[in-house]
Amino acid sequence: MRGHQQTMTTDRPLTLIAELTYRCPLRCPYCSNPLDWGSDKYRQELATEDWLRVVQEAERLGVMQIGFSGGEPLLRQDLEVMVEAAARSGLYSTLVTAGTLFTPERTARLRDAGLDHVQISIQDSRATESDAIAGTRSFEQKLAAARLVKALELPLTLNFVLHRHNLDRIEEILELCRKLEADRVELANTQYYGWALHNRAALLPTREQLERTEQAVAAARQRRDFPMGILYVIPDYYEEYPKPCLGGWGRRALAIAPHGDVLPCQVASAIPELEFANVRNHSLEWIWFESEAFNRFRGTDWISDPCQSCPRREVDFGGCRCQALLLTGDASATDPVCHLSPHHHRIVEAREKAQMEQSPSLVYRSMQGVSVGRQFHL
Amino acid sequence: MEEYTQPRFVRGVRLRWDSVRRQHMLLFPEGALGLNATAGAVLELCDGQRTMGAIITELEERYPGANLRSDVHDLLSRIAERGLLRYETIPE
Repeated sequence: MRGHQQTMTTDRPLTLIAELTYRCPLRCPYCSNPLDWGSDKYRQELATEDWLRVVQEAERLGVMQIGFSGGEPLLRQDLEVMVEAAARSGLYSTLVTAGTLFTPERTARLRDAGLDHVQISIQDSRATESDAIAGTRSFEQKLAAARLVKALELPLTLNFVLHRHNLDRIEEILELCRKLEADRVELANTQYYGWALHNRAALLPTREQLERTEQAVAAARQRRDFPMGILYVIPDYYEEYPKPCLGGWGRRALAIAPHGDVLPCQVASAIPELEFANVRNHSLEWIWFESEAFNRFRGTDWISDPCQSCPRREVDFGGCRCQALLLTGDASATDPVCHLSPHHHRIVEAREKAQMEQSPSLVYRSMQGVSVGRQFHL
Repeated sequence: MEEYTQPRFVRGVRLRWDSVRRQHMLLFPEGALGLNATAGAVLELCDGQRTMGAIITELEERYPGANLRSDVHDLLSRIAERGLLRYETIPE
C-alpha cells in the first residue's frame, strides 16, 4: 500500500463556483466580477429551481466541491435551500462571503442546512484601511462574522487580497488571522483582470514588498499558525512562468454566472470571441463535454509557439487565456507573464511603473463600469 | 499507546464515496483528495471510536499477510500534518 494518491481523473470537474449574484454591498477596486456586472443580463438571476437542478447535475458530472460565491451570496434569500440541496447531493459546500450580512440566526440556519465551510474576506488588518478598500464601513462586521463562524464550530478561512496598499501590514494581517483563530488563510495577490486591471498602476506592489511578504508567510507556515495551512496565491506579474488557469481550461473547475452562463473560470466572460452556453438551455454535462467554449482551449492542440515546443506545455498550458487576451488582444497567445512571450515587455513596463512612488487614485466598482467610477485617493 | 489513540477527522473534513470516479474522496476546505482502495479502507475506520490498535487489527484481518502498521501510521500522519485529522487520547 502506498498511501493516498492523486488519482484525479482529468476529464471531469471537481469544483463548481456558483456565482449566485453580482450584487454586493462592497465596492472593492479589484473585484473579479465583470466590469458590466450591473447590466440587465446579470440581473436576470437564475431561479431557485434552476440552481437546485444545477446542483444535481453537478453531482452527476463528478463535482465534489461547490463554492457559493458572488457578489455577496447572502443577498440570495434562498441560499439555505441551495446549501441543503448541496448537502443532500454529498457536495462539500463553502460560503464565500464578505461577511457583512451575517446574523447569528442565519449563520446557524446555514450550518443546520449542512454548510461545510465559510470563507470570509477582509481587506486589511486595520479598520480604516480595510473600509477604505471595501468602499464602505465593514471591518467590524467582518470580525463579528468570523467570531460567529468559530462559535458555531464551522471551519473558517480568512481571505485577504494583497496589493501595494496592504502588503506592508502582512505581519499585522497574520496576527489578525491568529486572533480570529482562522483554521486556514488565503493570501491572494491581486490578479489583474477587470476592475483590478483598470487599477493596476495603483495596486501593483513592489518587489521588496513581495519579498518581505514571502518571508512572513514562510515563517507563519513554519510556526504552523493555522492548522489547515496558508494558501499563498503568487503575484504572477513577478513570476518567470505563468499560472495555469484553474488547473487548466475545462479541466478541473467550472463557474456559473448569476444569469446561468457557464464559464471555465469566473473571469472568462472577458473573452468576447467565446459564446457561453447557459444552464437554462443545456445540461451541465453537455456544456462541460460538448460546448464550444469549454473545448476551445482544452488540452494543448490549440497552442502555438513559444508554448507548443516548450517542456512546460503540460504544466501551465500557455498560462491564463484571459490575461493573454487582455494584454495582447489575442486569447490564444502565450500569457505575457511568461518571460518567453513576445509581449513580456508589457509586464516589465507595468512592474517598472509600480516602483514609482506616486500611486494613482483607485476607481471603485460601480454600476456604471470604469468610466465614471467615483475616485478615492489613499 | 495504540490502544489509547483514536484518530478522527476534524470538523469540516468528510470522507465520501465518489460513484462517478469509483473511489473514496477526502473532502476538506478548498480541496479533494482521491484515495486508492486501501487508503479508503483505512480512512473509513477513522471514526473517532476505533483506536489505532483496533484499526490495524481490523485491516490485518481484511488484508492477511500484509505488514500494514507502518503504512497506516504514515498515511494518517500525512493527513494529520495537513490539519485534517486529530489523534484523541483516551485517558489510561
